[in-house]
Amino acid sequence: MDPIIILQAGVASGTVLLFATVGAIFSERAGVLNLGVEGMMLIGAMSAFSVTVATGNGGLGLLAAMFFAGLLALLHGLVSIHFQADQVVSGLALTFLGVGLSLVFGEGLSKAGTITLLPVFTVPVLSAIPFVGPILFTKQSVMVYIGYALVPLAWFFINYTRPGMHLRAVGENPTAADAMGINVYRLRYFYVFVGGTLAGLAGGTISLAISPGWFSELTTSGQGWIAVGLVIFAQWDPWRAAFGSYTFGALRRTILDIQGPTIVFGFANPFYYNPYWGFFLQMLPYAFTIIVLIIGSREALRKRLGAPAALGVPYVRGERGH
Amino acid sequence: MTTTTPTLPNKRFSLPFAIKVEPRLDAPAWLGPAVSLGAIVIALLLGAVVLKLVGGNPWAAYAHIARAAFGDIGVFSDTLVKATPLIMVGLACSIAFRMKLWNIGAEGQFYMGALGASMVVLIPIAPETAPGWITLPLMLVAGMVFGAGWGFIPGWLKAKLKVNEIITTLMMNYIAVAFVNFFVFAVWSEGGFQMSKTFQKAAWLPRLADFAKEIKLFRGLTTHAGLLIGIVAAVVIWYILYRSLWGYEIRLIGDNPRAAQYAGLNITRNTVLVMMVSGALAGLAGMSEIAGAVHRLQTSISPGYGFTGIIIAWLAKLNPLVVIPVSILFGGLILAGREIQPSGVPRLIQGIILFMLIASDVLMRYRVRIAWTANAQ
Repeated sequence: MDPIIILQAGVASGTVLLFATVGAIFSERAGVLNLGVEGMMLIGAMSAFSVTVATGNGGLGLLAAMFFAGLLALLHGLVSIHFQADQVVSGLALTFLGVGLSLVFGEGLSKAGTITLLPVFTVPVLSAIPFVGPILFTKQSVMVYIGYALVPLAWFFINYTRPGMHLRAVGENPTAADAMGINVYRLRYFYVFVGGTLAGLAGGTISLAISPGWFSELTTSGQGWIAVGLVIFAQWDPWRAAFGSYTFGALRRTILDIQGPTIVFGFANPFYYNPYWGFFLQMLPYAFTIIVLIIGSREALRKRLGAPAALGVPYVRGERGH
Repeated sequence: MTTTTPTLPNKRFSLPFAIKVEPRLDAPAWLGPAVSLGAIVIALLLGAVVLKLVGGNPWAAYAHIARAAFGDIGVFSDTLVKATPLIMVGLACSIAFRMKLWNIGAEGQFYMGALGASMVVLIPIAPETAPGWITLPLMLVAGMVFGAGWGFIPGWLKAKLKVNEIITTLMMNYIAVAFVNFFVFAVWSEGGFQMSKTFQKAAWLPRLADFAKEIKLFRGLTTHAGLLIGIVAAVVIWYILYRSLWGYEIRLIGDNPRAAQYAGLNITRNTVLVMMVSGALAGLAGMSEIAGAVHRLQTSISPGYGFTGIIIAWLAKLNPLVVIPVSILFGGLILAGREIQPSGVPRLIQGIILFMLIASDVLMRYRVRIAWTANAQ
């Protein structure tokens, strides 16, 4: 129960949520709600693992994860952007489809073989910083470092670049964006695809780095849905997404680790002596998601912040905006 | 996407016709069922392609599903057993979706309903010697109350705090499963196994087989009284939705919340109420499954009934009466799908069907015309 080790592992575990959440932020900022994150993550985890088992190359595995999850997201894009279907139902269908596809193609994959994990390394100078160094920069997977880079990049891209401004315009006021000469349909497809690739990357990060292997649905065990909840808590901002994701990661690790030792902080560990209490520990991430969602919703009400104005509304050229 | 004309860069190879897509002003009555049927057929074909890809024999698989689900009266009776909880969760989703309340939590409400019903037997609230006409109604009420309670939480959060109900209901599924597991393992475990003791006979819903003495045909048939409860529930929900003032309010809020607000309808109260009714129906499904088919509390009592209910509701176009035949179809798929390898196939087919259904909806709103162009000759 070393807090440093828990936080270190928590950051690693939170990286999965981070990729999925930032991906969903891109998609939702463009105005397309994609509830299929869980399905896309499973497809990502499955294809990353099977390609890596087959080729021995983790990089190829990650590419496959991003490609197939992105492809799945494009299906949602087609149905919700061009066919103007209800995005909630389409996202649910995408979840079913992703879960079903990954179960069918992942049949027998859990016994398919072993893989070399993605490289783990320690950053020379930064790891020497007290407290922060051992948690953030010591023996972390390469994916964790990619996560660190993704947050500021996504934040800067969305808020301070021209394409980022177009992205926001398409999600806030597609009619005006169209009048400005932005191709609303094309941008929406693009960011739905981006969201899919990041969800796939999240899945690949699980099966190749964080908890390696393929355990059918238990591979993600609802993390895709937690990510969808985190987007609301994050108020569509990558920095807050990072905060939420790492906190959740640490919580997950604490729950896993707290059942092991006989003594915690000098006390007899109740979770060790009453193993059935573990069921209540299992509930915590999901209960915590609800709490986080309540916080996010209250804050949004108070500050009059909120979702991108056109979130979930199909854009029809030539029709009045909503 | 009002009118799109595919134009190829090279004029010589341009198509002799143009595909025109124009909005439909009104759709003929036969179009809806026809489009749904077409969507299912295409979904099954796509499913066949995937089965072929992973090395299976799709036609053998489909023939097996048909035989193992509808082949004779014995298996059809088992199909009806699977259809029974599906009818109730299908209704649960239908009434919530009708008000555009996305209750994705039928699965958890199902588990809580099963837990509530089990408590009556296992605490016990009704003594073991009590007759069925005391035990069963108590179980039914307990199941519905537990389901309604589990629906109340996200409903209240949505109504009062504007918390997204999709995520809260979904998270509460995981919580409910862990909660039930706690009781199965820690409180009522029979000899350390992941199940409670078998309920006394008074807590079993009567089956057709119980009447085999009077009617020979019923020998060995497992269909239980839950089916009857489900059909009654369907009629009641249909009446509420389409013949009562409250149902009119629900539909108005679903179709046009702004107009409903101007009309002075209490959206907050209706949100909580509809979520509770929806939860009660899913809880009823849990009770019926426990009392009619499983006869004890155990882990994984549902192969995802709550999620299948979403697809059923959508396929039935949220019409409570149509939910019944659709549930029987899906009951067959779940029953026969258990033996099909790989094990994800039924889930996959369900996913493709739902996807095709919502994609095909575009045909209800747009007319696709093929117009022959002048250079066709």
